[in-house]
Amino acid sequence: MEIIMQIFPYAIAYTVPLLITALGGLFSERSGVVNIGLEGLMVIGSFASALTIRLLEGSMGPAAIWVGLLVAAIAGIAFSMLHAFASVTLSANQIISGTAINAIAAALTIFFARGIIGSGNIQIIQGLIRFDVPILSGIPIIGRMFFQNSYATTWVVLLILGIAYYVLYYTPQGLRLRSCGEHPHAADAAGINVALTRYIGVGLSGAFAALGGAIIIVTYSGQFNGSVAGLGFLALASLIFGQWKPLGILGSTLFFGFATTMANVSQVIPQMQVFPEVLLKTFPYIATLIALVLFSKSSQAPKAVGEPFEQDKR
Amino acid sequence: MKRVSTFKIRIPHQLQIALMAIAFGMLIAAVLIVITGNNPFSAYWFLFRGGLMSIKRIGNTLAGATTLILTGLSVAFAFRTGLFNIGAAGQMLFGGFVATALGLTLNLPKAILLPVMMLGAMLGGAFWGFIPGLLKAKFNVHEVVATIMMNFIALWIAYYGIQDTILKDPNQETQSARLPVEASLQVDWLRDITGNSFLNLGLIIAIIFVVIIAIIINKTVLGYQLKAAGYNRFAAEYAGMKVNRNIILSMAIAGALAGLAGFTFYAGFSNHVEIGKLPIQGFDGIAVALLGGSTPVGALFAALFFGILQTGKGFMQSMTGVPPEVGDLIIGFILYGAACQILFERILKYFKRGRNA
Repeated sequence: MEIIMQIFPYAIAYTVPLLITALGGLFSERSGVVNIGLEGLMVIGSFASALTIRLLEGSMGPAAIWVGLLVAAIAGIAFSMLHAFASVTLSANQIISGTAINAIAAALTIFFARGIIGSGNIQIIQGLIRFDVPILSGIPIIGRMFFQNSYATTWVVLLILGIAYYVLYYTPQGLRLRSCGEHPHAADAAGINVALTRYIGVGLSGAFAALGGAIIIVTYSGQFNGSVAGLGFLALASLIFGQWKPLGILGSTLFFGFATTMANVSQVIPQMQVFPEVLLKTFPYIATLIALVLFSKSSQAPKAVGEPFEQDKR
Repeated sequence: MKRVSTFKIRIPHQLQIALMAIAFGMLIAAVLIVITGNNPFSAYWFLFRGGLMSIKRIGNTLAGATTLILTGLSVAFAFRTGLFNIGAAGQMLFGGFVATALGLTLNLPKAILLPVMMLGAMLGGAFWGFIPGLLKAKFNVHEVVATIMMNFIALWIAYYGIQDTILKDPNQETQSARLPVEASLQVDWLRDITGNSFLNLGLIIAIIFVVIIAIIINKTVLGYQLKAAGYNRFAAEYAGMKVNRNIILSMAIAGALAGLAGFTFYAGFSNHVEIGKLPIQGFDGIAVALLGGSTPVGALFAALFFGILQTGKGFMQSMTGVPPEVGDLIIGFILYGAACQILFERILKYFKRGRNA
């Protein structure tokens, strides 16, 4: 129990980038565009934030971190437009486009890192500092699990999750976005601009995934090295396992985040070796496959996801 | 590719598209080279010289292309059945892991050991393709998602299968032990005629499989059925073909080809398995297959082109200071260009109409 309490902050730190990235994937897929380029968008975010912070932290101090996060989100939106243009405007194969996003992001970021910094690695001097939430951190057990040693970004991401939930289910804009993923022709007939809505969905996925990549940099990693080690794909698995629902992905990212953290920690803490590491590491992917099989009849996947929308084709 | 003899008069449509994709990729990369303050012409000059200027470099280009031919073939084969095999990386890694495990533990003469390893790699890869095929056929699980999951399962099984066992290199943290000479596809005569390059028997295997797959796709009942399922699954079903069985078979064959790619890479090019990352060749195979128009011969030529980029990029860096990622950038934008194929077709149509008017 004591050990679980100890790994809690680490597990949450690992979960948060996953959560925000999966949430980005949710907006893209609920609008009808498959986005397997989440990995690449995270890489873009981690690069943009690391570079910005590296260049600004000398003059701005800790404020540079927040500027870095903002720049990352903007870079993510810009880069995701490549995917939106191919998938929406050109009705291209969204899987090929997403794969291209991943390939280009990995190469482009190191290319520019070498060009600007002179090395494929970008290190930042100071990341975010953990803090105890006032009052709430005094609550027994729960306080220690959630409110001590937390990063500010964790609360920002949870706030975004809350807003996203509200927008998706309680506003006309959210309904429109979902309708474009379920039945774009009906949405079109109702006067909704399907193309624009999908551009927005993909753009949000770019912003959120890039934010996820940037949060890795400012919390537990501290350096950009051209990869986010498959976290984008883990976010994709979380999105599917969470059945394309905001609270579903909150649960699945926590679940997967904990499994991975336990595997990582068990190398250091021998008492943690209850499960073989290989089982913990492969667990998210096996669980997702099993979920896909179990839900194959009642999948909550957006019905039109992956299908280009062509107005004249019925 | 049949009509190459009429090259000057009319380039086949598929080749036109491929050449436009290459031009697109190189153009964007050239712009990025300019942005970083370098000369793209000299960069490309050294890039291609680096891949082709000596017998040794040509040998390395061919050795690099070997793996890409097979991953490209894997993706292309699945494409023809209407399946997107994004799992070539995992199949390649798992096949290579099986081959490496056999090569490091069995004590057999080279002439027996290599075929055993090859079989192990093909079976391992085939199994890794079989599971997504089965899930697709029986439960309608999308193969893209299933193969992505299989990639990461392979990543961690290979990781712990090497890390925690006798397969690990005692002196290196992140790789398997080196394969002994008996378990390597590298042979003296190929090294001798190419000035000590990495060229190995894998190339011969790859070319043989290009021929085999071309025959399967174009000349056999199975190939016909697979293509039929790719064009219209329901029509194929209605015509009495066993579409579900064919989907499983197609994914297993695609997996076996990717497994072979792992064999040629880990037991031919590098002679050890690096753990903790998915082989990039698995993803480059998608670009190879698309650039090659999903045909075996097309994949062969596309892989040779990518082989030049991969081999030449180091030379380009040392001569011009341009980062070697230019090679991967070109491949990435070619892939993006393949996604935007419809744009190229519109441009082609525009020019054709302009010429006729």
